[in-house]
Amino acid sequence: MSALLEAIDLVGGYGPVRVLHGLSFDVQPGEVVVILGANGAGKTTTLRALSGLLDDVKGSVKIEGEDVLGLRPDQIVRLGVAHVPQGRGTITDLTVEENLRLGAYVRRDADVQQDIEHWYSVFPRLGERREQPAGSMSGGEQQMLAIARALMSKPKLVLLDEPSLGLAPLVTRELFTRLGEINRTTGTAMLVVEQNANLALELAHRGYVLETGQIVAGGSASELKSDETVRKAYLGY
Amino acid sequence: MLIAALVAQVDNKFSEFLQFFFLGLGKGAVYATIALALVIIFRVSGMLNFAQGEMAMVSTYVTWGLWTKGLPLVAALILAMVLSFLGGAAIERVVIRPIERKARGNPLPVVIATIGLFLALNGAAPWIWDAEAKQFPYVFGSGSVSIAGASISTQTLGTLAVLVVEVALLWLLFQKTKVGLAMRGVASNSQSSALVGVPVGRMLMLGWGLAAAMGAVAGVLTVSLAFDNSLMAVPLIYAFAAATLGGFDSPVGAVVGGLTVGVVAELSAAYVGFIGEPLRLLPAFVLILVVLLVRPQGLFGKAQVSRV
Amino acid sequence: MTSGDGSVSARNVRARVFKIVGFLVLAVALYELPLQYDRSTVTKFTTVLCYALAALGLNLLTGFNGQISVGHGAFFGIGAYSAALLVSQRGWPAWATIVLGAVLAFVVGLIVGLPALRIRGVYLALVTLALATLFPAVIVRYSDVTGGTQGITLEGKQRLNSPQFARDAGITNSQWRYYIALVVAVVAFILVRNVVKSRVGRALIAIRDNETPAEVLGINVGVYKVLTFGISAMLAGVGGALFTFNNDGVAADVVDIQLSIILLVAVVIGGVATFAGPAIGAFLVVFLESFFPENLRGKAAPVVFGILLILLMMAAPGGILGLVKQQWAKLAQRFSRADQPSHVA
Repeated sequence: MSALLEAIDLVGGYGPVRVLHGLSFDVQPGEVVVILGANGAGKTTTLRALSGLLDDVKGSVKIEGEDVLGLRPDQIVRLGVAHVPQGRGTITDLTVEENLRLGAYVRRDADVQQDIEHWYSVFPRLGERREQPAGSMSGGEQQMLAIARALMSKPKLVLLDEPSLGLAPLVTRELFTRLGEINRTTGTAMLVVEQNANLALELAHRGYVLETGQIVAGGSASELKSDETVRKAYLGY
Repeated sequence: MLIAALVAQVDNKFSEFLQFFFLGLGKGAVYATIALALVIIFRVSGMLNFAQGEMAMVSTYVTWGLWTKGLPLVAALILAMVLSFLGGAAIERVVIRPIERKARGNPLPVVIATIGLFLALNGAAPWIWDAEAKQFPYVFGSGSVSIAGASISTQTLGTLAVLVVEVALLWLLFQKTKVGLAMRGVASNSQSSALVGVPVGRMLMLGWGLAAAMGAVAGVLTVSLAFDNSLMAVPLIYAFAAATLGGFDSPVGAVVGGLTVGVVAELSAAYVGFIGEPLRLLPAFVLILVVLLVRPQGLFGKAQVSRV
Repeated sequence: MTSGDGSVSARNVRARVFKIVGFLVLAVALYELPLQYDRSTVTKFTTVLCYALAALGLNLLTGFNGQISVGHGAFFGIGAYSAALLVSQRGWPAWATIVLGAVLAFVVGLIVGLPALRIRGVYLALVTLALATLFPAVIVRYSDVTGGTQGITLEGKQRLNSPQFARDAGITNSQWRYYIALVVAVVAFILVRNVVKSRVGRALIAIRDNETPAEVLGINVGVYKVLTFGISAMLAGVGGALFTFNNDGVAADVVDIQLSIILLVAVVIGGVATFAGPAIGAFLVVFLESFFPENLRGKAAPVVFGILLILLMMAAPGGILGLVKQQWAKLAQRFSRADQPSHVA
């Protein structure tokens, strides 16, 4: 059985600027994997490479054994990988409900409205604001919307780019609790890129450490938590 | 006696005014159609299509060609709309997209490309169909209806009706269909839309196709009995004035702007001595300049935060 | 410096010699040109110079300063009409009408440049396009003065004819006009080149590339942009005035929107933000026509230019000169690689 997602020897960047220097990692079905790393380590670029947003990339990305490098973002969504971009990527001119409906763009089944209601029950704030333009909501609400929108495509794997960015600590904690629940109840695998290592390692099963475009460490969440260098660099104790 | 004469005169003046007003409204409906096409393209790809008028002009030639081959007028127009749709989509895919991708936010290459398209289409039409003016009937006949003493042509009324139908169809498309939702998503945030599975490129082609098809309608309705390749040069400027006034991202603005520009141009040509027939364009130019200076987002558009 | 000062200066000397020889050849060619061709071809050469002047101005504005104008035909027209009117109705001497045409175009350019401080990019293109569409309408509206579509024809002494001393030297009217236009164009070319290579030019380019940092660096963006607009319009106006004298008159259909587009075509084909580009482009827009077979003349040119613009934007946004430079750089790189093992990664 092959991994849900497997990246092998990714090299890439933007024009002359190389950001990724040959990194390899994988995500198994149902797993939450975190990639830790400082600003500029290449975390966002890694996710962009996975979801087809990076033009300039070499190596190999496999989803369930199928090579997907070079596919467009919308084609990758159809293979079951959704991406919550950094800064939440709110489609500001659409209402909350329209954002969610657009999230189901690749689906052909009739249960879309039912699923929207489901996410309203998970994130009640979204239900209260369903007719509002998404751009008018607070940062935390927009993050929840972005996650719900990604999950509307019923993905096997969600890529989450710094979900805690710009959120108050309490809101972040709440958000990570929800993410854990979603993972347990739906079995959706997650690849989370995070600076808040404490929270991320609580959520994750496994993790990698990314430094200047290379994986420098990897292991189970508990191994990483007890690792001296990881603790010093990312956990701050 | 005196009073009766006075009343009659005022009455006369009023029905004359009404006549110009409706004439302007009819022309405004055409400008609104072109402005809507401009708005659709602006919303999906953030650019001004300077070739919109010439695309419509070519569509009009195509309609004329099909009609002279014996097709009924309406059938010819519908077929021309389909062909225009395909042509518009092809232009997006083959010409605009590669240039836009390469330009990385610099507007100059895309502006120049649409000017190139302008030039090529304008030059190609008399080459393909010869330079002679083509006879073409009013789509809605040349009859007229009397309203409050003013005689309103059936063409004017028909054009207004077409605008209403267009707006209704566009509203249905954008508000009630999945594709319409996806197009709005791309217009608002194309990357996020791609990340939920919307094929952005196809939406851009769809937007250009729609705009081109609407151009076919606008072109055919612009013709008064004969046309050549200069058909859309002036209406394009009016349409730009309309879209500027309404806001380049606002379909409602395009309609309101189009009708306003049509009426203002007609009334000022009729009543403001120094403007007269040759300077009809002056109000449009002043409008573009003033709106861009005072309220660049237009009446209904959203204020843009300048990206640094 | 690893390769040693000797070889560098040798290379410099060689480059300088090449340059001087090139300029000499060019100067002789430009001088000989009208003496070798018939009258109508010489008139066309002069037209090239008129367009080149306008394109030089447009390139300064759009290429170096980043303000897009699709309406330079209007400024060309202002120069053309002020020359035609002043000489035919007030009896001014030709040189004075050219100067005043330049001043008028400069002033109108400043006025149009003011709103351009707030209106940018595609929107400026829109405003200038509307201006260019409006201009011939204004000419037609005031037909009683401008002659409308009939235009103004210069008669007898109003024309810019070869003076006695030149005639004695065997210089015909069309040749005389060519030389006048050539002198003006060369002076304008040198001026623009010096401006662009100076501190002012660096400021213009900084503004084009990014306005905010330019402002932070203490460049008075507003003044620079408006002045550039004025100077750019002035060059177009001079081109227009000379155009009137070259053709013994002007008419409304000469200064329509097509002219504005043709000027843009000249700049783009030659090479945006280059010095020689506008002249090369102007030559092509005037002479390309004559390369077509007889039955296509007058029909094919706009189509070819339109498609050429599109293709250039797709493949070589730098225009012809850009392509040449690119190939040149490739060649040079290959040679330098052959010379020594390259340390380029």
